[in-house]
Amino acid sequence: MVVVDGLGKSFGRLKVLDNVSATFEPGRVTSIIGPNASGKTTLIKSILGLVLPDAGSVTVGGEPTRNNPASRREVGYMPQEPRFPDNLKVSELFAFIQDLRGVRPEGLDALIALFELKPHLNKPLRVLSGGTKQKASAVLTFLFRPKVLLLDEPSAGLDPVASSRLKDRILEERERGATVILTSHVMSELEELTDEVLFLLEGTVRYRGSLDAIRTATGEKRLERAIAKVMTGEVNLDAASAHLPTAPVREGAA
Amino acid sequence: MNTTLKVMKYAFFDLMRSRWILIYTLFFLIATGGLLYFGDDAAQAALSSLNLVLLVIPLVSLMLGMNHYYYTRDFVQLILTQPVSRPSVFIGQYAGVALPLAGAFVIGTGVPFALFGFSRQLDAGMVVSLLVAGALISLVFTALAFWMGLANEERARALGIALAVWLGLTVVYDGLVLYFIVVAQAYPIEGAVMLLSILNPIDLSRILVLLQLDTAALMGYTGALFRTFLGSATGAMVAVAALLAWVVAPVALGLWTFRRKNF
Repeated sequence: MVVVDGLGKSFGRLKVLDNVSATFEPGRVTSIIGPNASGKTTLIKSILGLVLPDAGSVTVGGEPTRNNPASRREVGYMPQEPRFPDNLKVSELFAFIQDLRGVRPEGLDALIALFELKPHLNKPLRVLSGGTKQKASAVLTFLFRPKVLLLDEPSAGLDPVASSRLKDRILEERERGATVILTSHVMSELEELTDEVLFLLEGTVRYRGSLDAIRTATGEKRLERAIAKVMTGEVNLDAASAHLPTAPVREGAA
Repeated sequence: MNTTLKVMKYAFFDLMRSRWILIYTLFFLIATGGLLYFGDDAAQAALSSLNLVLLVIPLVSLMLGMNHYYYTRDFVQLILTQPVSRPSVFIGQYAGVALPLAGAFVIGTGVPFALFGFSRQLDAGMVVSLLVAGALISLVFTALAFWMGLANEERARALGIALAVWLGLTVVYDGLVLYFIVVAQAYPIEGAVMLLSILNPIDLSRILVLLQLDTAALMGYTGALFRTFLGSATGAMVAVAALLAWVVAPVALGLWTFRRKNF
């Protein structure tokens, strides 16, 4: 479980997160949606401890994350654009991260097979395409069987095969009881994976509930149109929203 | 500690792979070897080497340190998503670059002196002080490079600052000190001048080596002051202590910035 309480973050004068509170339950996929620059990535990075919030707190599995590297032991993170050192080979990257953690989990070969990385293992990371780097990043994300998954536009750049396998894997992790927090602009991905939506606008939580409720409230059948209407402010979801900020939301709440 | 060593090991291998460090070692080997082979005596070679050290080490440490910092920025972010503490990552990165740079100089300069020097009359104290001074300013300027990198998102800006600092400390600073001495010569300025040289790590390393010389004429004004007021041994200790403070200060500042940084 991940609990975010009263999170605030500014970069200079720009307020990126403003009093964001949310509880992310285990065994559920919560999708953070919102327009570009609404604070999605900053929220995810704050949970991870890459961004240090100015106000509020984050706990992962009950442990506060501030100045607490151990809280990342159970967190798998897939960044929007993975960047790796140019000189390193894929196999060396995997070896280094395992070395850093001091564990050699069993699932590595299975994950390499799942994302078809075998032919790329001995290539330096700089020659890999964006999608292949994304696959390498996916392997690292799932490798240590984390209880919390932070996926920042995970399928961007992946081919349909890899993307489907990734989605299956995410659902598997959910069944296993992982807390999954996801951002995505890919509608099919949202549709297939989301249990619950957290809608961010200008750094504040505007809505929390199901995708269906967004459809109903906007009167749009197509998810993309429905979400676009919410993002542009044509439709106000306040009435449809579950009790903000931290109340756990029941399935299909509207 | 464990994490520090692993990050350090990685940074070290990465540096080795870029081959710059090998070129740097070869440069010192050839330069020092040449000075010893073609020069008349080892003390003179040590002096010439000193001048080289004071110009080249700060520049190369700044450039390679900064290059490594920007080059591994993304990777550092990846490391920080793992359960590791920020200080251990920072210290590992820094040590993984600073120690090989210092080592390259010590090997590149020490080996020729050991091979050639001992067959002639060689002042071991001077060579040792030269190696200590060079190693310490490698650590100082790599730390400054990391700190400048951390404080500037933009690489070009940081590079500009680094070049200005290098030029300032190697050339401009001495000119200003000289000007101050000339202008204020009527007053008792010894203390002020000593303080000024402590504030410049390059001056400090020069003094550290020149204190080992017998000929006071070569020592320069500040070197002579150190000897007169502190004696050679205490003077050297003060210089080494001040240089160590010059290592610790930018490392501490870098660490402070790194701990508060948003990645």
